[in-house]
Amino acid sequence: MIEARGLTKRYGSTVAVDALSFEVLPGQVTGFLGPNGSGKSTTMRMVMGLDRPDAGHVTVNGRRYHDLPWPLREVGGLLESKAIHPGRSATNHLLALAQTNDIPRARVDEVLELVGLSSVARKRAGKFSLGMTQRLGIAAALLGNPGVLLFDEPVNGLDPEGILWVRNLLKRLAAEGRAVFVSSHLMSEMALTADHLVVIGRGHLIADQPVAEFVAQSSRQSVLVRTPRPDRLRAALTDAGGRVDPGADGAMVVVGLPAAAVGDLAAELGIALHELSPQTGSLEDAFMELTRDSVEFRAERPAAAGTAGGPGGGGAAVSGSEVPG
Amino acid sequence: MVSAAVTAPRALPAGRQRFAGALRAEWTKVRSVRSTLWCLVATVVGGIGICVLATSSEASNWRNAGFVDKALFDPTSISLTGLLFGQLAVGVLGVLVMSAEYGTGTIRASLAAVPRRPVVLGAKIVVFGAVALVVSEVVAFAAFFIGQAILSGSTPTATLSGPGVTRAVVGGGLYLTVLGLLALGLATIIRHTAGAIFTFVSVLLILPLIVSAFPASIGHPIGRYLPAVIGSAMTTTTGHGHPDFLPSFPPWTGFFILCAYAVGALVVGGVIMVRRDP
Repeated sequence: MIEARGLTKRYGSTVAVDALSFEVLPGQVTGFLGPNGSGKSTTMRMVMGLDRPDAGHVTVNGRRYHDLPWPLREVGGLLESKAIHPGRSATNHLLALAQTNDIPRARVDEVLELVGLSSVARKRAGKFSLGMTQRLGIAAALLGNPGVLLFDEPVNGLDPEGILWVRNLLKRLAAEGRAVFVSSHLMSEMALTADHLVVIGRGHLIADQPVAEFVAQSSRQSVLVRTPRPDRLRAALTDAGGRVDPGADGAMVVVGLPAAAVGDLAAELGIALHELSPQTGSLEDAFMELTRDSVEFRAERPAAAGTAGGPGGGGAAVSGSEVPG
Repeated sequence: MVSAAVTAPRALPAGRQRFAGALRAEWTKVRSVRSTLWCLVATVVGGIGICVLATSSEASNWRNAGFVDKALFDPTSISLTGLLFGQLAVGVLGVLVMSAEYGTGTIRASLAAVPRRPVVLGAKIVVFGAVALVVSEVVAFAAFFIGQAILSGSTPTATLSGPGVTRAVVGGGLYLTVLGLLALGLATIIRHTAGAIFTFVSVLLILPLIVSAFPASIGHPIGRYLPAVIGSAMTTTTGHGHPDFLPSFPPWTGFFILCAYAVGALVVGGVIMVRRDP
């Protein structure tokens, strides 16, 4: 398992990781989620003993990475997909890593087989596609058959088949009792693979909880309403304690009141409703909501976008009850 | 698609990772990239090829050579002229052994595999040093014997038993090796291939030009500390360096200073490696 306590990293005056504490437990996939530039990679590098924390510490299986007797046999990491000499073959790249930890040569061929690179094992890695390079990085992580695995954006550059393969691999590794820590800026990807989530924004811990709990707590439940008399209804809904946001095409998005209450209220006032649909936010929405204030670089949001379950959300719904807007 | 090759985590072997493993890994890295081969081929071809040109030229011009040139003629030194080219190739290899890791990002994989950074640097020093020493000595001796064979019959020649001859030939190989280690140290400090090679070449070739331009009262005392001047002294039988070059320390004194440079660069590089994130 991985234990981080008060982990902090500064680059000049910028705080990349700010007093981050979390645990990655064996037997499950822990998703490490945050917008680009939120400190995920820096955190992973600190776990692997590459970057030195300015404060706090992180241990793997109870020891600092530096003190592990056989690092690659305890921790496997896919940190940067391009960390390969372009002139070296996949076999030799892995062989050099294996030799440092007395890992038998046969294991090199085994992991190459596992990631499907056996046929190009002797080719220069500089000729590899992004997807093949990513697979080679995964092979390197699995080399020492470690109980703790870190994957930084593992599906980057993979085709749909490759993405599916990585998802299944991550789940399998966790099912075998390993602690699997995988970062992504894609909420939808995490929704499909992770059991537990550690969410950060600008280096701060935002959430640390099971995926289901995260969605239930964070997603904004709302009701989409269409009526020919919006002003009257809006006033009534606001009086009843709801919040009314403008939706697309003159619709209203009501937050804080269940659909039944909205319907009853309209009936009492004799207001006709043309649409009344409950919206369940996707994991993507929950993530956007949480990290809205911690995104480092952001384009201006179009005025009508951003409502829960609205058109063009693009995220996969976890509950499966997302209603088209 | 996922095969059964992923098995449950196994028990760890006794003890901990050793230096021998890091050495084997560095040897795998050095032998598995083409740049190593090209650098070593350049050392051999340059070292011997320039020797052939230089000695052939001496052999054919000997009749017309002046009295002073004949008096100062050092058949050993002339056969080792090619090491001037070899030193560049060995230096480039010394730089690449370290800078390629930073340039490609493999340094992170290397340091994750061996978190004790001085061990990584130490293994590189041993492996590169051994490769450089073997190749440099082979080139030095080959150049010496080929050079004497070409000179033979036209000019005076040297044998290994002559005064200072073995010292000059062995010294030529040692000079290249330690110079390569200095380059490795510079690369560990600078981390960028282009920057490290530029620095290395500047120290080796540009500094002597600048120092030569100074008045002798300033240039000569400084000049003897330059690696190129040290190398010049080490590869002549007289031990004074080439007559038209800057005056030098005696060969072994110079060699000691050169070793101090290499150790200094490697120690500074090692400290930076430990302190600064890769």
